[in-house]
Amino acid sequence: MDTLRFITCGSVDDGKSTLIGRLLYETKLIFEDQLEALKADSRKFGTQGERLDFALLVDGLQAEREQGITIDVAYRFFATPRRRFIVADTPGHEQYTRNMATGASTAAAAVLLIDARKGVLTQTKRHSRIVSMLGIRHVALAVNKMDLVGWSEPVFDEIELAYRRFAEDLSFHTITTIPLSALEGHNIAEPGHTVMPWYEGTSLLQWLETVPTVDRDSARPFTMPVQWVNRPNLDFRGFSGRIASGSVKPGDPVRISPSGVATRIKEIVVWGDPNTEATTGQSVTLVLEDQVDTSRGDVIAAASHPVESADQFEADLFWMSEHALLPGRPYTALVHTKSANVVITHIKHRLDINTGAHLAAKTLALNEIATVNVSFDKLVPFASYLENKRLGAFIVIDKLTNETVGAGIIHFALRRSVNVHWQALEVTKAARAEMKHQWARCLWFTGLSGSGKSTIANLLEKRLHTDGKHTYILDGDNIRHGLNRDLGFTEADRVENIRRVAEVARLLVDAGLIVIVAFISPYRAERQFARNLFAPGEFLEVFVDTPLEECERRDAKGLYAKARRGELKNFTGIDSDYEPPQSAEIHLRTTGIAPESCVDQIIKVLRD
Amino acid sequence: MPNVISWELESEAIEIIREVAATAVKPVMLYSIGKDSSVMLRLAEKAFYPGPIPFPLMHIDTGWKFREMIAFRDQTARRVGFKLITYTNPRGALEGIGPITHGSAYHTDVMKTEALKQALDLHGFDVAFGGARRDEEKSRAKERIFSFRAPGHRWEPKAQRPELWNLYNTRINAGETIRVFPLSNWTEADIWQYIRQENIPIVPLYFAAKRRVVMRYGQWIMVDDDRLPLEPGEAPQIRMVRFRTLGCYPLTAAIESSALTIDEIVAETLGATTSERQGRIIDHDGAGSMERKKQEGYF
Repeated sequence: MDTLRFITCGSVDDGKSTLIGRLLYETKLIFEDQLEALKADSRKFGTQGERLDFALLVDGLQAEREQGITIDVAYRFFATPRRRFIVADTPGHEQYTRNMATGASTAAAAVLLIDARKGVLTQTKRHSRIVSMLGIRHVALAVNKMDLVGWSEPVFDEIELAYRRFAEDLSFHTITTIPLSALEGHNIAEPGHTVMPWYEGTSLLQWLETVPTVDRDSARPFTMPVQWVNRPNLDFRGFSGRIASGSVKPGDPVRISPSGVATRIKEIVVWGDPNTEATTGQSVTLVLEDQVDTSRGDVIAAASHPVESADQFEADLFWMSEHALLPGRPYTALVHTKSANVVITHIKHRLDINTGAHLAAKTLALNEIATVNVSFDKLVPFASYLENKRLGAFIVIDKLTNETVGAGIIHFALRRSVNVHWQALEVTKAARAEMKHQWARCLWFTGLSGSGKSTIANLLEKRLHTDGKHTYILDGDNIRHGLNRDLGFTEADRVENIRRVAEVARLLVDAGLIVIVAFISPYRAERQFARNLFAPGEFLEVFVDTPLEECERRDAKGLYAKARRGELKNFTGIDSDYEPPQSAEIHLRTTGIAPESCVDQIIKVLRD
Repeated sequence: MPNVISWELESEAIEIIREVAATAVKPVMLYSIGKDSSVMLRLAEKAFYPGPIPFPLMHIDTGWKFREMIAFRDQTARRVGFKLITYTNPRGALEGIGPITHGSAYHTDVMKTEALKQALDLHGFDVAFGGARRDEEKSRAKERIFSFRAPGHRWEPKAQRPELWNLYNTRINAGETIRVFPLSNWTEADIWQYIRQENIPIVPLYFAAKRRVVMRYGQWIMVDDDRLPLEPGEAPQIRMVRFRTLGCYPLTAAIESSALTIDEIVAETLGATTSERQGRIIDHDGAGSMERKKQEGYF
C-alpha cells in the first residue's frame, strides 16, 4: 500500500481544519475517547453551536483553540483500504505562511481550499505560488462551504474559471475542482449527488486515492549525498546517506563530486540485508572499491552521469523572517548535506503574489518570493530542483540567531564562477610585507558614533608611522564621500558599505600594509564576513567600548541631537541596533582613559 | 526489497538519527523502555551498523516504573551493548515524591520533567532523541522533527523554526538544545507492525497475562508492588490484561485483552476503538496538559 503525503492550504477560515477533521471522522480514524473529548471541546470552544466542531480535532495548541485559528502545521494520519495518508494541515494566516511552506515542502499533492462566498483571495494565490514553486504538480481546488451559497452551480463555475485563469502561468500538471461542504460532509468521502446533482466529478477522497504519489526518481541516474562517514574501526570505512535518485548495486562504477574521483561500489551495507540493490529513498551505507577521500557534503553518483558542482547559482528564494534579506550579508546555507557560507549577491526580481509580475527589489521582506543570484564560499555538488529535489533544495540560516530564514530552490549554475579564475600572482603578500619589515594586518575598529574610533585610529597611525611602519586608515566618513557615496543608511546599504570596505582592506593588506579600519560596523554578521576574508591572525577586531550616554554627551558632530529630534533616521544606538563584539581581540574601555593609553594597549597586542 | 509498509519510515528515521550523529556535539537518546523506545533503539543500531551506536542512552527513572520494565532495561543494555545512563531526581528521591502521595501532576513535574532537565544539564547534552509520535496527541502533531528548545529547555509552540524538506537546521547557540523525534511520522499500527517484522524484543507487559489489578476511576490499575494503597472497598482481582502504553505504574492503566502474540496485538490495535493514550492518566490532568508539560521541558 503506498503513502500519499498531501497538504491542505488556502486562506483563513476557508475550513481547512474542519475538512481534515471530517476526513478523519469519515474514514473512522477517530477513537471513542477522542470523540468524547471533541464533544466536550466543542461545547467549550466550538464555533458550530450544538454541532461537533471538527476543527478542534486538529488545532492542537491552546492558543489556536482559544483564538479559533491555525498557527502551525499539524500532521495527521489516516488510511483507506487503498492508501495510507499523511496530511499536513497548514495555517491560512499570512503571518504563518512559513509554516505552510514547511508542510508543503514534503507533500506530493495539495488540496487548496476556497470559501465559496469569497472566491479566489490573495492568500489563495500566495499559497498556490508556493505550492507551485516547491514542485507540487497536482492540485485539488476544493470549493468549500457550498451549503452557504445554496449549492449553486454558477457560483462554483465562476470560481473555477477565475482560478484556472490565475493558474495559467503556474507549473501544475492537473487542477481538479471539487465543490463540497466539509461541515455537512458532502463530496468528502461520498459524492454529493443529493445536493449538487449538477456535479459529476469525484469526491475529495476519491481524488486523494487516485492522484499520483511522489515521483520516486528511481528511473533517474543514481545520486546519494554523503551524510555521515561510518568508521567504527580501521578495517571498515563506509559512506552513509539516503539515496536521492536512481538505484545502485555492487560493482556499479561511480564518480564523486566535487573531487571527480572515480571508483566502484564494493558493497551495500544494510543491517540484515547485505549486497542487494538499493533504490531511491533508502538509507544505506556504501563501501567503495578504492580508498578515496570523501566526506559529508560530497555526492556519490553514477559514473555515466556525474553530479555537477558550482559556487554561484540562480535560485528562487522564499523569505521567512521578520528581518529582511539583505544582499551582501553572509548567511549559512544547507544544501542536502553540505553546509556553506552564502551571500545573496543580487535580487533579480521579486514576484508580485497577485499578478505574477516581476518587481524590482533591494531587499526581501517576510513571505516574499524572489529570483536571486546566490554565491557560496565553496563548490557545492547540485542538481536543478526540477530534476532532483534533494540536490536542488537549500535553506538559509541566520548566523546570529541560527533561525531558518529562507528556503531556496536552485535553477541553474551561473557560469561566471567557472570562467573568472583568480590571477595567480608571483610576488606574494608575505614578500611585500617583508620588504617593509612588518607583518600585514587589518585592525578593525568598531563602536558607536562618537566613541573615539577616529581619534584613537589617528593616534595609532601616527605612532606606527614614527616606528617606520607602512599604514593606511580607512575612515567611515571619508569612504562615504567617495567609494560609497551611492549608499545610504538603511540596513541593506550598511551591509554593502561594510562589504566594500572589507574588500578594500583585504587588497591593502595583500599589498603588505597595516590597515586601520574605523567604521561603526554595527552588525556582527558583517564583521564576521570581513574577518573571513583574512588569514587567521591577520584580522584584529578592536572594540571601542564607550557607553551610549557618554557618546551622546560628547556628540562632537551634533548627530545624536539631530537623531533625537527625529531629523536623522536609522542612527546607530538610537533607532538602529548596535551588536557589540563577543570576542574582540582588543577591548578598549574608554571611559576615564586617555586615547594615548588606548593606543598603548593596541601596540602591546601588536608586539605580542 | 524490505517490507513495503515501513521501509520509507525506517529510512527517514535512520536519516534523522544519522543527521544528529553528524552534527551534534554531545547527543543522547532518551530511552523509556517502552515499545517506541525499542523501535528507536533498533533504528539506531541499523543507522550505524556495522559500528556501535555512537552515543549513550539515558533512562529517567521516576522510581515508579513497573519492575518488569527495569529488568528489561538492564537486560537490553547488556544484549545490545550500548552505554546506559540512568538518572533519578535527587530532590524528589529525598522528599519521597510519588504519584500516590503527591498526585500525578506534581509527580510528573518533579520526577520526569525536572529530572530530565537536570540530567541533560548535568551531562551537557545538546541534542536528545525522543520516541514521541505525532499521532499520539494533538500538541505532538504540531511539533517539528527537530524541535528547538530555548535556554531552560522551554518549547515555544508559537515560534517553531520552519522545517523544509529533509533539511534539518541543527545550529544552536550556547544554552539552547534540540529534541529530535525520529518516529514523528509513525503511527501506533506502524510501530507494532515493525516490531513484528523485525522481531524486536519488548517488555512482557505488552502481552496479555493474568495480573493483579484494581478498578479505579473506571480503569484497571496494576498492583505492581505494595506501594499502592487500596481504597476502602477495593480488592485486587486477577484479570487477563495487557498494556498498550507503559509509564509509571499507578499512572498507566491496563486493558482487558487476550492477545498473547504480536499478531494478536497487531489485530487488536488495528481494530481499536479508543486511542492508546487513554491509558495515560497524566494526559487527563486538564485540557492542553501535554502542551503545558512540553513547554516546561517534558518530552
